[in-house]
Amino acid sequence: MTASEKNQLQITAAKVRMGIIESTHGAKAGHPGGSLSATEMFTYLYFKEMNIDPKNPKAEDRDRFVLSKGHTAPGLYAALAHRGFFPVEDLPTLRHIDSYLQGHPNMNTVPGVDMSTGSLGQGISAAVGMALGAKHQNKDFRVYTLLGDGEIQEGQVWEACMAAAHYKLDNLVVIVDNNGLQIDGNVADVMSPYPIFDKLVAFGFHTIAIDGHDFDAIEKALNQARKVKGQPTAIVMSTVKGKDVSYMENEAGWHGKAPNDAEYEVAMTELKAILAELEGK
Amino acid sequence: MAEMKKVATRDAYGAALAKLGAEHEDLVVLDADLAGATKTGVFKKAFPDRFFDCGIAEGNMICMAAGLSTTGLVPFASSFAMFAAGRAFEQVRNSIGYPHLNVKIGATHGGISVGEDGASHQCCEDFALMRSIPGMTVICPADGVEAEAAVKAAYEMDGPVYLRFGRLAIPQFHEEGFNFQIGKGEVLRDGTDVAIIANGLLVYEAIQAGELLAEAGLNAMVINMATIKPLDEELVIEAAKKCGKVITCEEHSVIGGLGEAVCAVLAEKCPTIVRRIGVNDEFGHSGPAAALLKQFGLSAEHIVEVAKELCK
Repeated sequence: MTASEKNQLQITAAKVRMGIIESTHGAKAGHPGGSLSATEMFTYLYFKEMNIDPKNPKAEDRDRFVLSKGHTAPGLYAALAHRGFFPVEDLPTLRHIDSYLQGHPNMNTVPGVDMSTGSLGQGISAAVGMALGAKHQNKDFRVYTLLGDGEIQEGQVWEACMAAAHYKLDNLVVIVDNNGLQIDGNVADVMSPYPIFDKLVAFGFHTIAIDGHDFDAIEKALNQARKVKGQPTAIVMSTVKGKDVSYMENEAGWHGKAPNDAEYEVAMTELKAILAELEGK
Repeated sequence: MAEMKKVATRDAYGAALAKLGAEHEDLVVLDADLAGATKTGVFKKAFPDRFFDCGIAEGNMICMAAGLSTTGLVPFASSFAMFAAGRAFEQVRNSIGYPHLNVKIGATHGGISVGEDGASHQCCEDFALMRSIPGMTVICPADGVEAEAAVKAAYEMDGPVYLRFGRLAIPQFHEEGFNFQIGKGEVLRDGTDVAIIANGLLVYEAIQAGELLAEAGLNAMVINMATIKPLDEELVIEAAKKCGKVITCEEHSVIGGLGEAVCAVLAEKCPTIVRRIGVNDEFGHSGPAAALLKQFGLSAEHIVEVAKELCK
């Protein structure tokens, strides 16, 4: 990708991060940490990778995205809003009574959401079903699903991985956001899912490890995934939980807590500075 | 009465899938390593490319079915009731029920008539679990003909459906071509003394009970309530008004199934004395199906006993 293209994606990512802060602040609840760690991936998928149309969110031949780690809805919603699926101004209504922006993704209320998720371990199975449905009907859409590194402690994730390899779903990309933290602390301390990479290889995936905040690496991995035939691709991305908000970075406490007014100001000031620097380039 | 043909509703399920599959390209079937027992193997043989084995992983199967349905296919996902409704309850609730996806769950081996396998496989809680999910349709057909018709009706409606079938071969009393309607009870015998509302294999027992009661001078109304949800409230109320006494019969726990569904309607709209026949808050155990049904009071004789006691 060109330098200006990358700069544009970085600008969008900064805006998506601001959306995450706006929405969780507005909700006085929600999950900023894992939304911020996956922001580059949300941004790349919705602004470069996926064949989607905000004007026709249910188009039959569209690519699908399933947020298996459904609690990071603020990241998905911010990306969808900035992509034009619904007004950015609605983001602060997240989790409000009668808002269509439910605490976890709801495919029937939020334009652009392809699967209702929230109960960990289930989204990846639905994504496997979608990819199988595409193969079975000779449709060439692709399916992407994003999981947390804590989420993969769910046994169902591995049932789904077995099925993905068994049915040779080369139209499926399973992305694991390895930010190293879950609600109760380090994933390695709570219940180690490691080695994640080797497990996915053993389960039959073409597996790629990347820095999840590097757009070049994301692009390279997703382009490589398109060339893989006969097996699904997994991308294990190393990320920083709470990325780009200083006091949230690498703090498990920001897994599921909203910034208060003062914290909101600090976060927005930091993100605005990042945005200004990017726009000045 | 002439010896009636006996068919297990699971066999009718397999046959119905194969028949419907020939007419509808979008019908696909998933199973969790039980195709021989659930009878989805009949479909597998006819349409191998539309059959997806998921291995012994029911939770994943249910969510895969959800994903498949979003691509325009109509999946029937099958396992034993214990695992489809029990083990995978939360997957059914969150990945099928909550998004209201067009997935049909074909659960076989419901109730204690599973027999020798014993309590671990005798699911008497599935009606309770499934009817508690908003928007879920719950059906338990009474014989092979009705089972086949119910599968067709489930395919034709848009939305999630839970279908419960049995392992045991039971009398097929419906005529071929019987017109099944989801949400509509069927009056099999009219009466004024007591209304017997049953589903599944208890329907034939209820019919027999009706005949035995007639011999004893009691005029029983017998209703086949194959659809537990949405319940045919109108018919329940009509029967209660007409008879003043109601007996419910099901191969399910008395907690949370047809009996409680009927009680809820009557308590609020037409207070009536009700007796619930079912499995009384206990686990089943191993044994031949017929002996178990007798032991647990899921028989015409027991229905007659309860009716006589109620009509004293």
